[in-house]
Amino acid sequence: MTKYIVRRIVIALLLILAIAVIVFVMLRIAIPGDPAEILAGDRASPQLVAQIRANLGLDRSVPEQLWIFLTHALTGDLGRSVRFNLPVFDLIIGAFPYTAVLAFGSVTVGTTIGLTVGTITAIKRHTWVDHIAMVLVVFFYSVPTFWMGLMLILIFAVGLRVLPVQGTGSWQNFVLPIATLSLGQTALIARLTRANMIETLNAAYIQTGRSKGLSERRIILMHALRNTLIPIITIVGLSIGGLLGGAVITESIFGIPGVGRLAIDAILDRDYPMVQGTVLLVAGAFVFMNLVVDVLYVYVDPRIRYD
Amino acid sequence: MVDKASPAPKVVSLKRDSDVRHESLYTRSLRTFLRNRVAVTGLIVLLLIVLASIFARALTTTNPIAINSKDRLKPPSEQYVMGTDELGRDILTRVLYGGQISLQVGAFSIALAAIVGVPLGLAAGYFGGKVDNWIMRVMDLILAFPGLILVIWLVGLLGPNLYNVIVAIAVFSLPTYSRLTRGVTLSIRGTDYVLAAQSMGAQPLRIMFAHILPNILGSLIVVTTLSVSDAIITGASLSFLGLGVRPPTAEWGAMLADGRSYLRNAWWIATFPGMTITLVVLAFNVVGDGLRDAFDPNMISR
Repeated sequence: MTKYIVRRIVIALLLILAIAVIVFVMLRIAIPGDPAEILAGDRASPQLVAQIRANLGLDRSVPEQLWIFLTHALTGDLGRSVRFNLPVFDLIIGAFPYTAVLAFGSVTVGTTIGLTVGTITAIKRHTWVDHIAMVLVVFFYSVPTFWMGLMLILIFAVGLRVLPVQGTGSWQNFVLPIATLSLGQTALIARLTRANMIETLNAAYIQTGRSKGLSERRIILMHALRNTLIPIITIVGLSIGGLLGGAVITESIFGIPGVGRLAIDAILDRDYPMVQGTVLLVAGAFVFMNLVVDVLYVYVDPRIRYD
Repeated sequence: MVDKASPAPKVVSLKRDSDVRHESLYTRSLRTFLRNRVAVTGLIVLLLIVLASIFARALTTTNPIAINSKDRLKPPSEQYVMGTDELGRDILTRVLYGGQISLQVGAFSIALAAIVGVPLGLAAGYFGGKVDNWIMRVMDLILAFPGLILVIWLVGLLGPNLYNVIVAIAVFSLPTYSRLTRGVTLSIRGTDYVLAAQSMGAQPLRIMFAHILPNILGSLIVVTTLSVSDAIITGASLSFLGLGVRPPTAEWGAMLADGRSYLRNAWWIATFPGMTITLVVLAFNVVGDGLRDAFDPNMISR
C-alpha cells in the first residue's frame, strides 16, 4: 500500500514536471513574434524592448530559460506578473481562497442533493417522483454554465432583487455563483447515483439482507449506499480538481477575482509568467485530486488492492 | 452466426423467428432506439434546428450583422419574435445564423478528434508495448488539464479564431476516443477470429480496420453524440469569454456575452440564444442516452 502511494506520487510529480516543460516550451514556440515587443507595445524604444527582454530572461537560450524556470518554480518562485508587477505565486495565493470557496461550496451542495435525489429516485423507480426528477436532472445537466449564471442573475438579482449581481463583499455574493455551479453538479451526481443504486439494489447481498429481515432503510443506508459511493468519489474528486483550477466562466460572470479569472486575464493580456503559473497550478491541483481519489478508493472499497 | 443457406422452416411463425435472428446488431439497435419516444423527439428537434441553421438565409428576411439603429432593443413582438439587440439586429435571425457556427464547431472538432484518436487507440491496443506506452502517456498529459483551461490556453496561444477553436477542442477530446478504442481493441486482440485472420497472413492495418473497428462502432456513435454537445458548449464558452468568434459575426456564446450588459433592460438578448444552446445540448444528450440504451445498456461513457 505505501509502495503504491509512493509510486503514484512519483508519477504525479513526473506528470507535473512534464506539464511545466510543455507549457514553457509551447509559450516560446507557438507564439508568433517576440513577446518582449508585444509587451512593450508598438511605439516602444529598442532600449525598452531590450530591458523587458532581459527582465523576462528572454535574452538567454531556451534550454537555459527552461532550467531557470524549473529550478525557480521548485522554490515557489514562478516569476513576476508583467501586468501587476507582483510575484505570480503571491497573486495566485491571493486569488485561491475565492476559488476554493466556490469549488468546495458547490461540490458539497451538489453532492449532498445529488446523492439524496439519486437514492430516492432509484428506490421510487418508475413512479412520477422518479420521472419528474429525471426530467429536471437531464435539463440541468444540459444547461451551459454561462446561461445558468445569467438566468440566475436575471431572476434573483434583476427580477426579485434579493441577491447582488456581482462582487465579493458579503456571503450573499457567493449564493448565486455556488448555485450556478452546483445545479450542474447535482444533476451529474444524481444521474450517477441513481444508475449505480439500481444496479447495487439488484445484487445478491442486498437480497440476502432483505431475506434475513433487515429494514429497507438499513439496507439502503448501510449496505447499498456504500457501494454506490465508489464511482461517485471519482467524479467528485475530478470536479473538485477541475473547479480548483478556476471556474473560469462563473468567476467571470459574477466578477469574482479567483484563479480562473486570473488565468483568463493572463491569457488575454499575454502575461506569460502569469499564464505559466496559473496553468501549472491548475494542472497540479487536478493531478493531486486524482491521486487523492485513487488512495481514497482503498478505504471505501476494501476489495481494491494495489500491489 | 446463423447459416443463411439452411433450409427455410416450413410455417410462417417460424419464418418470422428466423428473420429476427438474421437481424444485425445495428438493425436491432436502431429498432430499440426508434421505440424510445424521448430520444426520437430529441432527434427530430435536432434535425429541425440543424436544417433551420443551414437554410438560415432562406428562412430569414433581415441581415444578421447589419445595424438598424431605429429598432434598437425592441422586446419580442410579432415583427421580431425574439426581439432585437443593442444594434437593432433581429435576434431570431442571429440565432439561426449563429447555429451554423456552433454546429460547425461541434461537428468538425469531434470529427477531427475521432479521425486522429481512433487510429491511435487501435495502434496502442493492437501493438501494445512501447507504442501503447507512448500514446497513452501523451493522452494522460492531455487529461491532466481540467476541461476548459486547456482549450482556453491553446486558443490563447494559437490565436482566437474559429479554426483554432476547432483544433483546440479536438485536442481536448482526443483521449476520449483513443482510450475507448484502445480498451475495446485490447479485449478483441486475442479473440479467435483475429488470430485466424493473423494466421492467414492479414496485414495489421487490415485487421485493425476491417476486423476490430466494426466492433467499436456502436460505442463510438454513442460517445460521439455525447461529445458533440460538450464541444458545442465549449465552443460557445470560448466566444462568451471573447476567445472564439469575433463580433459582429453571429454566434450563440458571443450573443450571450453581448446580452450580459443588457440584462437589466433587455432580458431577451441573453435569454433566447442561451435557450437555443440548451435545447440543442439537451437534444444531443437525450439522443445519446437513447443510443446508449439501444446499443449497449451496460456501457459507461468516458
